[in-house]
Amino acid sequence: MGPEPVHGRLVMAGPAKAGRHRFGPAKAGPYVLMAMLIASPAFAQVDLSGSWGATNNEDLAGDSVPVDYTGIPLNAEGRIRALSYNESQYSMIERQCQGLPVFYFVQGPFGLKIWSDTEPVKGTTISYTVGAWENRAPFVIWMDGRPHPSKYAEHTRGGFTTGHWEGNTLVAYTTHMKAGFIRKVGPPISDETTMTTRFYRHGDVLTVLAIVEDPIYLAEPQIMTRSFQLQTADLSPVGPPCVSAYQGRMPGESVPHFIPEQNPFVEEMTTRYGVPRDAALGMPETLYPEYRKKMKPGAARPAVCTINCVAAPPPSNR
Amino acid sequence: MRRGRAMITVCVALAWWVAPAAAHAQGRGGAAAPPPAARASAPIDLTGYWVAFISEEWRYRMVMPPKGDYRGIPLTPEGTRVANTWDPAAVEPEPCKAYGAPAIMRIPGRVHIVWQDDNTLRLDADAGTQTRVFRFGPAAAPAGPATWQGSSTARWERAGRGAGSLTVVTTNARPGYLRRNGVPYSENATVTEYFDVAPHPAGGQVLIVTTVVEDPRYLQRPYIVSSHFKKEGDGSKWDPSPCTAAW
Repeated sequence: MGPEPVHGRLVMAGPAKAGRHRFGPAKAGPYVLMAMLIASPAFAQVDLSGSWGATNNEDLAGDSVPVDYTGIPLNAEGRIRALSYNESQYSMIERQCQGLPVFYFVQGPFGLKIWSDTEPVKGTTISYTVGAWENRAPFVIWMDGRPHPSKYAEHTRGGFTTGHWEGNTLVAYTTHMKAGFIRKVGPPISDETTMTTRFYRHGDVLTVLAIVEDPIYLAEPQIMTRSFQLQTADLSPVGPPCVSAYQGRMPGESVPHFIPEQNPFVEEMTTRYGVPRDAALGMPETLYPEYRKKMKPGAARPAVCTINCVAAPPPSNR
Repeated sequence: MRRGRAMITVCVALAWWVAPAAAHAQGRGGAAAPPPAARASAPIDLTGYWVAFISEEWRYRMVMPPKGDYRGIPLTPEGTRVANTWDPAAVEPEPCKAYGAPAIMRIPGRVHIVWQDDNTLRLDADAGTQTRVFRFGPAAAPAGPATWQGSSTARWERAGRGAGSLTVVTTNARPGYLRRNGVPYSENATVTEYFDVAPHPAGGQVLIVTTVVEDPRYLQRPYIVSSHFKKEGDGSKWDPSPCTAAW
């Protein structure tokens, strides 16, 4: 909410009442006070529009090993669901284009194209949109005060998001997401998941904080932060279309999966990187520094990196 | 009577609006009022105990990455060459090399932030027992030899009443490691950090630190990472430990 409502009331109320009352400086006092109080947040807002390139200095995807749940505070049910996941599910025609949850925009390797839609008469911001990609729906943040829909309303891949400004920070709250994955390798989220997102702009650096809450599969809220850098090259607001095709599985065939206790990849993080099994499985205690004291010193790990060792991926140009 | 009250309202409103700007106004003749102390004018409260929440890059931060694992770091050829000289079997003569200002906020541990005086914010890290000092006011030339935490100047970025962030710029840090497995930063590295806070859904707060490291010698372009911490009610889990290269 900016100065618009009060300003509008002044403009409309002034002339109409002028014939009966003198609208002098004294009577303007309360209005001026209200205008000042309400106007100040509007001046504090920053422009988020533009193309924000992914620096990819951080690896938030964590999808290079099938059982890598490090850094995800899964509860027991979430862990079992995750271990039952088999990435061959993506070879099923009906699942190839199911996409990822909207918070993948802070996890994936892509940049952000952000734009706003403006109300044509008043000039107020109706919404901000973070552009889509092939496997992620657009992230639309409604700024016009509309309420979240009924809990019975349709859940979509992009969810439903409303936003407001707190100082220079855009705060968004998302509900109505479809069940999916909090990481591409299988850790699940339910359709009761909500997300609070904050956009902090510091000059040419945009840092996004996403806090994901899921009462079904997470033991505590998951926190993710990711930074982007403003760039002059224009990013695409959309990705290529997802086109499903036959990849070896016919519709109606069984869904590829593992018996959770028999997942063949459960030791891979340990053998490849020396990560303890509890950490690879997303035990909540492993997300805190004191867990290091429980780790065996000098855990076995390869002396030299053998996979995913690249020093610097090119910045995203989409 | 009513008119008088309205005029008072207008005056109070104008005073509320104009006062902050007037307080900082200088150079119009006469003695300018000194700017308020950084502590008194803090738009956000960063003080307290904060614990790192290791939900990102676990395998780079909680265990020693293998030699040659430089994923995500935009090293120059010279930086890669130096990193490749790191020997995991050798005894590290300077175990604090991974705890310098460019890397300390990525180390698993707790930080304790307090006001050292009205214009100096101090950040202690229990991992490596390091202390950072953020001085508000005009930047001064680094004095003395380089240290692990370097020389830091700080300023508030205001965003309306009760909102804002802290910007810290650090130079004069001793050369060290951006990542424990020998990824270097040089003595010419500049670290710019932005400190923001947000509410945590379970109560308490989250501290977000965006770190931008620029190093013309070892980095092709800025290395930008963001780390987050959860606020703790007290220091009961504060656990000072010395620097170690055996990770």
